Formats: sequence, C-alpha cells, structure tokens
Amino acid sequence: MSGNSKSSPLPTYFAVFFALLAGTALTVYASTLDLGKFNAAVALTIASIKATLVALFFMHIKGASEKLTKLVVVAALFFLLLLLGLTMTDYATRMWS
Amino acid sequence: MPDSTVALHHEEQRPELLHHFAEPQQQRDASSLGMWVFLATEIMFFGGLFLAYLVYRLKYFGDFGAASKTLAVGLGATNTAVLICSSLTVVLAVWAAQTARRTLLIGSLVLTIVLGLVFLGIKGIEYKDKFDEHHVPGASFSFEKVPVPGHPNQYADPHHAQLFFSLYFVMTGLHALHMIIGLGIFLWLLTMAWKGRFTPDYNTPVEIGGLYWHFVDIIWIYLFPLLYLIDRHP
Repeated sequence: MSGNSKSSPLPTYFAVFFALLAGTALTVYASTLDLGKFNAAVALTIASIKATLVALFFMHIKGASEKLTKLVVVAALFFLLLLLGLTMTDYATRMWS
Repeated sequence: MPDSTVALHHEEQRPELLHHFAEPQQQRDASSLGMWVFLATEIMFFGGLFLAYLVYRLKYFGDFGAASKTLAVGLGATNTAVLICSSLTVVLAVWAAQTARRTLLIGSLVLTIVLGLVFLGIKGIEYKDKFDEHHVPGASFSFEKVPVPGHPNQYADPHHAQLFFSLYFVMTGLHALHMIIGLGIFLWLLTMAWKGRFTPDYNTPVEIGGLYWHFVDIIWIYLFPLLYLIDRHP
C-alpha cells in the first residue's frame, strides 16, 4: 500500500490522468482516419494501454504488496482470453464448412 | 489473566483491526485480494457480452458499422473524459484518506459522485435520442435505408442493426447499473468520511470502493471505441 511510501504519488496520478485524456483524444482522432483493417487494432491498443495505466497506477497493482493480487489479475485476463480465443477458433473458421 | 489484558489493550488501541487478523497490513491485503477476486468474476461477466459483440461484429460487419455511426461520438467522448476525471478524484480521495486530509477526502468523494451523476445524465440524453430515433430494439424499431459504410449503394439490414442496438443497450445499461451501484457505495463512503471514520491507519473501504470505480471506468474505456468509434472514417 502507498501508506508507507516516501514520496507523494500525486505527480504520478496527474501524469496518468493527462495520459488517459490524451489517449481518449487520440482514439477519437484515429477513428476518423481510414486505416483499413487496422482501425480496430489501433482503437483496441489505445484502450488496452489506457486500461493498463488505470490498473497499474490508479488501482495500485504496481507496488501491490500481495503477489496473490497480481496472480488473480493475470488469471482473470487468462480466462478472458481463453473465452474469446477459443470461441473465435470456432467462429472464425466456419467459412470452411 | 495477563493474556486477556493484552488482548483488550490491543483492541482498544486498534479498534478497526478485526481479531482474526494479525496486523492491519494483513487485513488490508485480505480485503484487497477479495475485491480483486470479485473483479475477476466481473471481468468474466462483461467478458461474455464482449464475446457476443465480437462474434456479431465480425458476422454483420457492415451493418454494425452503419448502426454505430448513428451514435453521438461527442457525447460518448465527453462521458469518457468525465469518467477519467472521476477516476482522478477517486485516487485523490484514497490518497487524502491515507494522509488524513479531511477536506480533500470529502471534496473528492463529492466530486466523484457529481461526475458519476453527470455521466448518467449524459447517458440518459443519449438513451432519449435513441428512443426518438426509433433505434431502441422492439416493436417500434426502425432502421430503413441506412447505407453501409464504404458501400454507398448498399443498405444495412435492420435486423442486424437491431442486434447492434441490443448489444449497445445491454452493455451500456449494465455499465450504467454498475455506475448506480458505485454511486451508492460512494454515498456510503461520504457519510463514513463525514463521521471521521477514515484515518491513515484505516481507510480500506475508500481503497476498495475505489477499485470498483476504476474497474467500471476500465469497462467504459473498452465500450467507447467498440460501440462509438467503429467505421467513423469517411
């Protein structure tokens, strides 16, 4: 926990805050460009960077004293990817039948 | 006899420390871990909806693009910014509780609640517009002669567009429900903070409530581009 931190976390919080706002502006701008198939990839990459920033710095995953917490996060993401990934191996390959 | 005096003394000194925990740090870590396990179930809860969205977006690609284009990007982007601001006020509240800054704590909690209400208000305006445009799935749904992005001569299939709006309303509606629950949690935190319950030694509820709020923010960070920003380019 940050209770025992030596320096103020405020500069980090504000830096993350402005990065999140910039990311929002960037993703709106990027959506107006014709990037073909990469529009979705760019949008999801920006969203994932924003989500990671929130989780690491606002939700204090970075610097969490309990390793189990990190394990829970990784496990949740693993099962989410399993859900999405395995379902898409079905749906994405149906045109062959 | 000496044992009970020690125990009594111990409880008097740290009334917030529950007897089955050895020290405050352990109690904090247990609460935080429990919240993260709950958030893991929430990820799977929303994950099913994101999966449904992914499957149908790929299946009815153009129809989803046409339907998405009717959403108000300005309002959606404003709501994203509102939620990001509220996430900042939440971390400020946690920090204020940890460093015994009462005014900042109460101010941040009030601001968070106000920003949450602004979000729901904007969402309400968007919902009203959808009703006016007959874009709400159901008997009065109408999505006639809307061109598919990139194919000016081809119109979107209303049935498939209706599927997009079903997902839109379920996903944003479930998100809004989480916001309403979050507002309840923060009202409770505000009353506790007003009574002076939070100290640098005991502020776990603010931290845990903050985790919930940030999680709801993360869901919106994904909903915004997936619902509003697909196929915007001319």
